[in-house]
Amino acid sequence: MTLAKRVIPCLDVSGGRVVKGVNFLNLKDAGDPVELAKKYDTEGADELTFLDISASIEERKTTLDIVSATAEQVFIPLTVGGGIRTVNDVDNLLRAGADKVSVNTAAINRPELINEISDRFGNQVLVLSVDARRAKTKSGYEVTTHGGRESSGLDAISWIQEGIKRGIGEILLNSMDADGTKAGFDLEMIKAIREISGVPVIASGGAGKISDFGDALAVGADAVLAASVFHFGEIKISQVKSDLSSRGFSVRG
Amino acid sequence: MIAILDYGSGNIRSAHRAFELADSNTVVTKDPQICANADGLVVPGVGAFSACIDQLLAAGGGEIIAERINADKPIFGICVGMQVLFDSSDEKGKSDGLGILKGEVSELDAPVLPHIGWNNVSVGAGSKLFQGIENSYFYFVHSYAAKGKVDGAVNSYTQYGQEFLAAVEFKNIVATQFHPEKSGEAGAILIKNWVKSL
Repeated sequence: MTLAKRVIPCLDVSGGRVVKGVNFLNLKDAGDPVELAKKYDTEGADELTFLDISASIEERKTTLDIVSATAEQVFIPLTVGGGIRTVNDVDNLLRAGADKVSVNTAAINRPELINEISDRFGNQVLVLSVDARRAKTKSGYEVTTHGGRESSGLDAISWIQEGIKRGIGEILLNSMDADGTKAGFDLEMIKAIREISGVPVIASGGAGKISDFGDALAVGADAVLAASVFHFGEIKISQVKSDLSSRGFSVRG
Repeated sequence: MIAILDYGSGNIRSAHRAFELADSNTVVTKDPQICANADGLVVPGVGAFSACIDQLLAAGGGEIIAERINADKPIFGICVGMQVLFDSSDEKGKSDGLGILKGEVSELDAPVLPHIGWNNVSVGAGSKLFQGIENSYFYFVHSYAAKGKVDGAVNSYTQYGQEFLAAVEFKNIVATQFHPEKSGEAGAILIKNWVKSL
C-alpha cells in the first residue's frame, strides 16, 4: 500500500473563465471552468485547484458560483485560492463546495490569518501558496507578491517554516522563475523546500514535457501541478500518469 | 431515506451529493426524529477531533447516535466522524470519544503529515463495503487515526508511515477514515454498497 503521487491541473479563473498567461501577463482564454473540471476528473486528475485571479468583488462572486457548480459535478477534492483575507472568506468557500483553500498575499500581510484558519477548520484545510524566485536572501530563494513582480522581503525557507509553525497543512510551491517557461520545474528549489518541510509539497511552475512531472517527484515533491500544458491539450493527464507509473511511482488508475 | 447529521462540521455538501446519487431521498438534518427514523445515518466530520466532538455533543449528536446503536440501526462515520466513535483521541490534548468502538485515535508516525491524497486499502476478509472495489484508491486527508483492530469487526487497513484503520465494519456501523464522497468512482461504489445493505 502506498500513497499515490498526485497530478493536479490548476485553473486560473477570472471573470468566470479559465485564463492563462506567462508570468501572469498576456492572459489567454482557456475555456469554461466547470467543463474543464469535468474533463480533468474524467481524465484521472487527482485533485483540482482553482486560483481566483479576479480583480473585482463582482468577479469574486462569480468564482463562488463556479466553485459551487464544479463541486456539484466533480467527486475529487477541490482547492480554491486567490483573494482570501479572512476566516469568513474561507467559510464561504467551504460552504460553496471547496475542500481546501490556499492563501498567499493576505498571509504575508498578516501571518495570524494562518492560525485563525487552521484553528477553526483544521490544518488539513489550508494550503500555503508560495510564489518564490531565486534571490540573494539567506536561503537563495525569496517570496514574491503580485504574481512574481514584487519582492515581499521574506526569505522563502523562513516563511515556510513560520507557516508550518502557525498551522498550514500543505505547501503549493510556485517557481516564479520557471512559471510559464515550460523549461521544467525548479528541481533545486523543490529539493531545498522538501528538506525543511514536514508537510506535503505541491510543485508548480515550469511543466513543459511529460518527463518534467516525474523529475519533480523524484526530488521529493508529493504532488505536481500544471495549467497551460493541460488546458491547451499539449499533455494529457493519462500520459503523465503512465510515464510516472513506468518510472516506478505509484499513481491512481 | 438517508440522513446526514448536520452538526456544523465542515463541507457536508459533497457528502450530500454523493449519497444522493445512491439514494435520491437523502437529507441533511439535525432533527433527532428524522435521524432516528432514517434507514441510514451518516456522521461526517472535518477538522480537529476535540472541536468535532464538542460540536457533535452540543448538537445532541451523542444521543442521536446512541439511540440508533441501541436500536441496531445503520450508521456511517466518515473521517473524524469515524474517529469520534472510538474511546478517545489525543489530538490537541486528550478528548473522550463516544466509546462505541474500542480503541484510541492517535497521530500517525510518518515523516510528512497530514496524510493527504489517494491511498489503497488492504480490505478485510468478508467486507461488504468494498465489494467490487478491493483494489481501488481512496482519498485521505488526516494526521490522526485509530490503529488497533476492532474485535469482531471487518478491519481494513492502510499504510502511511505505519499501519492504521482505513475502514471498520462492525455490526450496524461502518466507518471510513478516507472520504468516499471525494474518492471518485470507487467512492461512489462504496457508498452504493452501503445504501444497498440498508
